[in-house]
Amino acid sequence: MNYEAVIGLEVHVQVKTRSKMFTRVEAGYGRAPNTLTDPVVLALPGVLPVMNKVALDAIIKAGLMLGCEIAPVCKWDRKNYFYPDSPKNYQISQYDQPICRGGFVEIELPGSARNVMGEHKRIPLTRIHLEEDVGKLNHETVDSLIDYNRAGTPLMEIVSEPAMHSAEEAFAYLTSLRQTMIYGGISDCDMEKGQLRCDANISIRPAGETKLGTKVELKNLNSISFVRDGIAHEIKRQVAVIQAGGTIVQETRDYDGQTGTSQSLRTKEMAHDYRYFPDPDLMPVKVDEAWKARIKSECPELPFDKQRRFIEQYQVPYTITSVLVPDQELSAFFEEAAKLSGKPQQVGNWIVNDLLRELGNARIGLAEAKVKPAHIAELVKLVDSGTLLSNAAKDVFVEVFQTGDSPAAVVDRKGLKAETNAGELEQWCRDAIAANPKSLADFKAGKDSAINGFKGFIMKAAKGKANPKLVDETLRRLLAGL
Amino acid sequence: MSSDLHYKTATELTELLADKKLSSVELMKSVIDRTKAVDGRVKAFNSYDEKDALAQAKASDDRRARGLSAGPLDGIPVGLKDVIAVEGQPLTASSKMLANFVSPYDSTVTKKLKQAGAICWGRLNLDEFAMGSSTENSAFHTTRNPYDLERVPGGSSGGSAAAVSAGEAPLALGSDTGGSIRQPAALCNVVGMKPTYGLVSRYGLIAFASSLDQIGPFARSVDDAALLLGAIAGHDPLDSTSFKTEVPDYCLELAKRKGPWRLGIAKEYFGEGLDPEVGAAVQAAVEFYRKQGCEIKEVSLPHTEYALDVYYIIATAECSSNLARYDGIRYGHRSKEATDAIDIYFKSRAEGFGPEVKRRIILGTYVLSSGYYDAYYLRAQKVRTLIRQDFLDAYQSVDAILTPTSPTPAFKVGEKAANPLAMYLSDIYTIGVNLAGLPGISVPCGFSKSGLPIGLQVIGQPFKETELFAIARSYEQAHEWGSRLPAL
Amino acid sequence: MSTDLNIDHVANLARLALTPEEKARFSAQLGDVLGHIEQLRKIDVSGVEATAHAYPVFNVWADDVARPGLPVEAALQNAPEHRDNMIVVPKVVEGE
Repeated sequence: MNYEAVIGLEVHVQVKTRSKMFTRVEAGYGRAPNTLTDPVVLALPGVLPVMNKVALDAIIKAGLMLGCEIAPVCKWDRKNYFYPDSPKNYQISQYDQPICRGGFVEIELPGSARNVMGEHKRIPLTRIHLEEDVGKLNHETVDSLIDYNRAGTPLMEIVSEPAMHSAEEAFAYLTSLRQTMIYGGISDCDMEKGQLRCDANISIRPAGETKLGTKVELKNLNSISFVRDGIAHEIKRQVAVIQAGGTIVQETRDYDGQTGTSQSLRTKEMAHDYRYFPDPDLMPVKVDEAWKARIKSECPELPFDKQRRFIEQYQVPYTITSVLVPDQELSAFFEEAAKLSGKPQQVGNWIVNDLLRELGNARIGLAEAKVKPAHIAELVKLVDSGTLLSNAAKDVFVEVFQTGDSPAAVVDRKGLKAETNAGELEQWCRDAIAANPKSLADFKAGKDSAINGFKGFIMKAAKGKANPKLVDETLRRLLAGL
Repeated sequence: MSSDLHYKTATELTELLADKKLSSVELMKSVIDRTKAVDGRVKAFNSYDEKDALAQAKASDDRRARGLSAGPLDGIPVGLKDVIAVEGQPLTASSKMLANFVSPYDSTVTKKLKQAGAICWGRLNLDEFAMGSSTENSAFHTTRNPYDLERVPGGSSGGSAAAVSAGEAPLALGSDTGGSIRQPAALCNVVGMKPTYGLVSRYGLIAFASSLDQIGPFARSVDDAALLLGAIAGHDPLDSTSFKTEVPDYCLELAKRKGPWRLGIAKEYFGEGLDPEVGAAVQAAVEFYRKQGCEIKEVSLPHTEYALDVYYIIATAECSSNLARYDGIRYGHRSKEATDAIDIYFKSRAEGFGPEVKRRIILGTYVLSSGYYDAYYLRAQKVRTLIRQDFLDAYQSVDAILTPTSPTPAFKVGEKAANPLAMYLSDIYTIGVNLAGLPGISVPCGFSKSGLPIGLQVIGQPFKETELFAIARSYEQAHEWGSRLPAL
Repeated sequence: MSTDLNIDHVANLARLALTPEEKARFSAQLGDVLGHIEQLRKIDVSGVEATAHAYPVFNVWADDVARPGLPVEAALQNAPEHRDNMIVVPKVVEGE
C-alpha cells in the first residue's frame, strides 16, 4: 500500500527587537549568563508586563507579508504550566485571539535540473501569534543550570495547516519562511542561535484517505537540514510500524540530527491543561487601518516576487536569480548595477561569479566590500566597448575589489587599455591566418567558432592589448576576402 | 487630636516640621519608641529597620535645613504593608515562602514616597499574600486589634490598620483586593481608602488578584488619607493597567467641596448578617447627612448577592496563576526534601504556603481547568459586568453610596478560622467596589457597646476621589470618633 | 455547573503536594464554597460581555528602548542555589 504523509509545522521565530517583549531590558544572544535580566524577566514578586510596540509592528508586518488577516482587536492570555525555564510559570501568549489568521507561505520545490525553476505551491497558515521566549537550561551531570537571558524575548509562533506531504515540502516551507522573515527585517532567523525553531506534526495515511492519521510531534529540529532529515526519517519510521502491523501512538519524539535517529520523550505524563485565561495585567491591542497601512508601506517585495521580476524585467537566467534573490543586499546591488549598465546579464555574471568568489576569499560581507554597483557597471561597459579584454577584466575586478578604485583608473594604472593601431592589428591578423591553416580550413567549411583559433595568436602578438572587437571585425573582413 | 507626638495626624506633623518645632529625627524616634512600647502586644510589624528609618529622617532634616524640602510628606514616616517592594528591604507577603526574600527593586509607590521625602517605615503584617480578613493567615503572627487585643484587626492589611491605630505610624499603605484596606480600617478606627482601579500603580505590589488589587492609604484623618493618596497616585508606564488621568491636589480641592450631595442607600447592604449595632451606627451617619441637607435616595444594586461568588472565582483564578512563580527555583523557599526539579515545585509550595493560600490556589486552578472555564471564570466575568452596571446605573441619580464597611465589628482571634466561608462573608460589603473598580473609603462612625470601632463606607464614582474624600470628611469633621484612642 | 472537584488532579496542576488531611479538609471546605457559587447559574448572562478590565483601554505599550537591567549579583541575590552565575536545580528531564 502507498502512504501519504501529512505534515504541519509549528515554527517559532524570535523577533528582532532591542528590548524584550514585556519589559525594557536588552534582548540579546551570546552574553554572560543572567546579565540580560531585570525584575520582570525573573518574575520577582510584584512586577508587571508592558508590551513592546516594535514587536507588535513586526508581527503585523509578518502577517501582511504572508497574506494573513490581521485581527482588528486581540488580547493576551496566560498559558499556565510549570517548568524551570519559565520564570512566571505561565507564558504570556495569545490563545483564542491571535493577531494573524490565515495567509500562506509560497514554496518552491526542487526543479528537474539545477537550472530549472521547480513547481511553486502555497502552504496555508492557520495563525501567527506573539508570545515570550523562555530561559535556557544547561544540563550538567547531576544538575541543570538556568540562564534567563533568553527569557522574555519576543517570539512569534507561526502555525501551518497540516498541508505538506513530504520532507522536501517542509524543507522548502522553512526555507521560504526564513527568507521572508529576513526580508522583512523581522528576524535574523539564525537557527544556531535559536532564532528560528521548528517542531513538526507528522502523520501518515493510506493514499487517497482523507481522514488524518495519528500524529507524532517531532521536536528539536534545530537546523534546516535536520528538519528535512528528521521528517523523512519519521515518515519512514511510521510506514515501517504500520507495515509491520503496528499502530502509531500519539507521542512527542526527539530527533537527533547527529545520529539520524529519534527517541520517544518518555516523561512523567502530566495532563496538559494550560488553563488559559485573559492576562489581567495587559490591555488588549487594537489594530486600525492606519497602522496596517503604515506597516504595509514598510513591507519589502517578497523573495519569489522579486525572482519573477528579475527574470522578466532583466532577462537574467533562473540560476543567477536563485543566487541573487536569497540575499536582499546582493539583489539590490545587482539591480543598481544592472540599471546603471543596461547589461543585466553581464552584471549578473560578474556578481554571481567574481563578486561572490572575492567576498568568499576575503571572508567579508557585501556591506563591507569596497566594490560598488557603479564599479560593476563601469567594468561591464569597458569590456563591452572593447576597451578592456575579458581576461584582463578579471584582474581589473580583483584590483577594484581590493582597492575600491574605479575600473577605469585601474585600467589606466595597469596600462591594460586595448591596442587600437589598425595597421599593426591587420598585420597580426594576416600573420595569424597564415600560421593557422587548420583554423582557416575549418572556418571556410562553415565552422564559425574556428575564428577563435586565430585570436589566441593575435593576443599573444599584441601582448593582450588588442581590442577584441576590432580583432574580430578585422579577422572577418580578411577571411571574407580569402 | 492628641498631645502625644505619635498620635498626631500627618497634617499636624507637617506643620510642626515646617515650623521647625519638630525635626523628622525627633518624630521618627518617638514613633520608634512607641512601636517598641506597644508592638509586642499589637504585632503590627513583621520587621522594621530602625537605623534605616533614622537615616531617612536625618536626610529629610538635612533637606529641610538646606531649604529643599520635598513637600508636605517630607520627613513623615509611612508604614508599608509587606507586599510593597522597597529596595534593600525584606518583602515577605507574611509567607514562609518569602521569609528570607529581600527586594532588589522599589515599587512605583515606594519611588513616589521617596520622591516626596516620606520615610519608608517598617514592614507591616498581613494575611499571607493578602488572602484573608484577619491577619490570622500570616505565617508569622496574628496582629491584634489595638482596641481589644483578643480580637483581630481585620485584614488583609491588618498590620497597616493596627499600626496607624496604635500610634506606630502616622500613615501607612495597604492593598485592597476585596476590602483589605477598608475592613481593617473600620475594625481599627482609622481612615482607609481604596482608590479607583488604575489610579495607583501596582508595579512592585505583590499580586493577589491583578484585576482587583489597588494600593491605598491608611490615616488618622480624611485629609491625611488625601495627602498620602496624592503622593502615590498617577499614571505609571510600568503598569499597563494604570490610567492616564490628572491627579489633583486632593487636600486643596476637597476643602472646596461642601455638598450637599445626593447619597444612595442600597437595601442590599443592610440585610441578613448585619450586626444591629453596626446597622444603627451607619443609619445614624445617614441621618447626619440628611440633616446636612443631602438628598438620601434608595438605590438598587440587585446583583449584590452574587458579588461574593464572582469575587471568589475571579480572585482565586488570578491568584492561582499569580502565585505560580513562587516555586523555590529562582528565589523563595526551596524544600530540602526535593529529589528532582519537578519535586521542588510540589514540596516547596507545600511547605512554603499556608492553608488559606493553598485553598485559594486549588479553587482558582479548578475554576480555570479544562471544561470548567466557561461555567466559572467566564460566567463570573459576565456577572461582574452586571455588578458594575448596577453601580453605574445608581450613579445616574446619586453622587455616592453609603454602606457599612464590615457587617460586624472585630471578631475574636480564632473565631472564624475553621470556617472559610464565614470568614469570606466579612468582605461582603467591600468586594462589590473592587469588582466594579470603584473608589471606596471607610471612616470611623461609632463604637459598639463593648467598645469596638465601627466603620462607614462611602463608595464613590470612578476617578472622583476628591468628591469621595469631601463627603467622608464632612462626616468626620462633625464627629469625634477618631479621637477615641485605644487603651494600650 | 458541576462541583466534582478532583482534588488530586487539581493539586497536581497547581504543583502542590497535599497531605491526606489537607485533601479531605480542602475538599469539604471548597465543596461549601462551590456550593455557594452554584447560585451564579441562576443569572441570565446571555448577551452580557465579560469584564476583563474595569477600565479597558487599548494599546498600552512602550517604545522599544533597551534599559539596563539588574546586575547579575542582584539577579541572583535571592536564589536558593547558584553556580557560574546560573540558578541550580536538580537535573531536569527534557519534556514536561
